[in-house]
Amino acid sequence: MTNHQALTKYLFRLGDNALILAQRLGELVANGPELEEELATANFALDYLGQARMFYARACELEGAGRDEDEIAFLRGEREFENFLLVEQPNGHFGDTIVRQVLFDSFYILQLEALAACSDPGTAEIAARAQKEIQYHLRHAAHWLVRLGDGTQESHARVADSLQNFWRYTGELFDGDGIDDLMHSAFDGPDLQRIAGTWHDNVGKILQQATLQMPEDQWMDGGGREGRHTEPFGYLLAEMQYMQRAFPGASW
Amino acid sequence: MSNKEWPLYEVFIRSRAGLSHRHAGSVHAADAQMALDHARDVYTRRNEGVSIWVVRSSEIIASDPAESSAFFEPAADKIYRHPTFYEIPDGVENL
Repeated sequence: MTNHQALTKYLFRLGDNALILAQRLGELVANGPELEEELATANFALDYLGQARMFYARACELEGAGRDEDEIAFLRGEREFENFLLVEQPNGHFGDTIVRQVLFDSFYILQLEALAACSDPGTAEIAARAQKEIQYHLRHAAHWLVRLGDGTQESHARVADSLQNFWRYTGELFDGDGIDDLMHSAFDGPDLQRIAGTWHDNVGKILQQATLQMPEDQWMDGGGREGRHTEPFGYLLAEMQYMQRAFPGASW
Repeated sequence: MSNKEWPLYEVFIRSRAGLSHRHAGSVHAADAQMALDHARDVYTRRNEGVSIWVVRSSEIIASDPAESSAFFEPAADKIYRHPTFYEIPDGVENL
């Protein structure tokens, strides 16, 4: 695989993570716990969607096969998406959503920080812009996790459960493959080893403030990078892609 | 979650440097930090501000509408207190 191909693939993956998380958070529109919180969630969903669009557009440009971001989002099958399993997990209750966001955004912010300093100017530019958005998302989710963890007995028990349930999807974040290696060596991109350490420290601090225990080492799920997904993913795609599948080329 | 509503906070936004904070509306929030987050998410989505203040609505001391005649009407006929007797120089937008 050439450096150019690795970069292209890497950008598609970044787009996949952002798109799938946008779709998940979008499901909460009209289902939020409070009006203000719902508006915030919709803002976040749109931020991720915007990022997905930029990553896809850049990837398509590098790929040079004449595809566009709509085709990438709406006309690929399940196995062609290479997002992390963590971002496709259902929203569950509000505490589940918050824990998922804290775990992912704590990783994503470090990934973006490294990418903002990488040697491909197109990628660096998008990453720098996304970084500011994610800083706020993480702040918002971390505050909520502290409120819930350090809140009532019930809220504490619920988010402790959420943490336990999502933990198995965090190993994959740092389990890079050849594309991650090339991104690091050829483009001065993220060093997953280093990010893993920082992520543990940062997540540990949030959990400590939230009076939650960091889960013990355990078996980790994986496969997102190879297009192997968890069961809920197919349903998510079906809903997201329905319109383009039923009415090909529809637009407004 | 309990059905009890979160307390109300009033939101003040400074739209750009040099101007003062203006009342923008209100949000519900469980604590001050959340009120600030909510104010940001609800009232600055379209780039409306560079600074936000939030204050518990219950902390605001308001004048009593029943006393408005004693409070405000005496000022109504004292036009000499208005700066209407000189021209505002060109180029002064916010006086």
